[in-house]
Amino acid sequence: MIPASFDYEVAESAAHALSLLAEHGEDAKLLAGGHSLLPMMKVRLAQPAVLIDIARITELSGIRIEGDEVVIGATTRHAEVVGSDLIKAEAPILAYAAAQVGDPQIRHRGTIGGSLAHADPSADLPMAFLALGGSVEITGPSGVRVVAADDFFVGPFESVLSPEELLSAVRVPRGGSVPWGYQKFVRRANDWAIVGAAAYGGRVALASMGGTPLRALATEQALASGASVAEAALLAAEGTSPGYDFHADVDFREHLARVLVKRALEGKTG
Amino acid sequence: MTEIKLTVNGVARSDEVEPRLLLIHYLRETLGLRAANIGCDTTSCGACTVLLDGESVKSCTVLAVQANNRAVTTTEGLVAPDGTMSVVQQAFRENHGLQCGFCTPGMVMAATSLLAENPHPTEQEVREGLEGNFCRCTGYHNIVQSVLAAADKLSGSASSSAEVTA
Repeated sequence: MIPASFDYEVAESAAHALSLLAEHGEDAKLLAGGHSLLPMMKVRLAQPAVLIDIARITELSGIRIEGDEVVIGATTRHAEVVGSDLIKAEAPILAYAAAQVGDPQIRHRGTIGGSLAHADPSADLPMAFLALGGSVEITGPSGVRVVAADDFFVGPFESVLSPEELLSAVRVPRGGSVPWGYQKFVRRANDWAIVGAAAYGGRVALASMGGTPLRALATEQALASGASVAEAALLAAEGTSPGYDFHADVDFREHLARVLVKRALEGKTG
Repeated sequence: MTEIKLTVNGVARSDEVEPRLLLIHYLRETLGLRAANIGCDTTSCGACTVLLDGESVKSCTVLAVQANNRAVTTTEGLVAPDGTMSVVQQAFRENHGLQCGFCTPGMVMAATSLLAENPHPTEQEVREGLEGNFCRCTGYHNIVQSVLAAADKLSGSASSSAEVTA
């Protein structure tokens, strides 16, 4: 399968990428690892006229501590997140989630910023990011804005990013001692979650239970009111709107949400 | 057309390519390197796995222009000039790590990358490290044994050369 023709531009800096975006407008797409975009282009679900390659912009890559947050450059690849001692110490759920993405080849190419910008409601990193309660730095023509994880995802494959903006960094809280758990139900090793659940402290996020990654708010509120994990997990599907496909119908997804949230709250991974 | 300059199996290349040309098509059709196969063409099966700057990637999901100024290694590039196969390739042969052979170049490249990152993998780590490569013949048992044998041989030769140095 061969993508439709496009023009290829290499951005030398974030500012250069922004000027290329301003020049080409909605016809342009940013290319980092390309592991969400290129498969869509190959089946012609995406046909950008211009690809702007941002993968080699050094200022957009890397992992560092800033106050009480870990800041991860947007073009940092999953393999780098998985292998980062800093992330393993300060945000272990994120290192674990990144290790669940696809397979080693995919993790050598895919980037954290690309995964969040793609906003797949069944993907690992959007769910982990929502559980962590982080934020993204978005760089646009008028400067940098910071958007909380709770406000970032708008719909299936849709975020608050506008066509002239660039997701430049991901911020997550430092919390090496915060209890966490992560559950992903799949039929094949490198699939997306049929349902996923991530728990971080008192926050619980779900994958594949609606058009965006979702907080299990009823579960969180029950926990905050002193309910047991088992009681709170029974509320995991409340307020969700899962779809159905050949993997699972709605009832099964709701059942999975309750079971996986319980396991995640018990600190289990799998 | 866009000019790319890269190294393929140690040889410097310079070509004018369409930006939409996939790396697998560049390798197979432009350069005639046919070891990497096109299997699923959807980033799943791993038959097209090659090394990009030493790391395994699926070349059906990489543009040739993304390999500009980088080093690509295909299975052809693992063979020494005198025809000697790499330790990983030999281990696949000695352990019957293949049947039809279609997935084998991808398996060998994925295993080569895995052992570079983790020279002493457990069996579980080998199985997880090959999760991006599908074999429809063998049931994986002999493939995993091949990679473990290669790891043993590589660490053995590493320690013996260390002894020689000492």
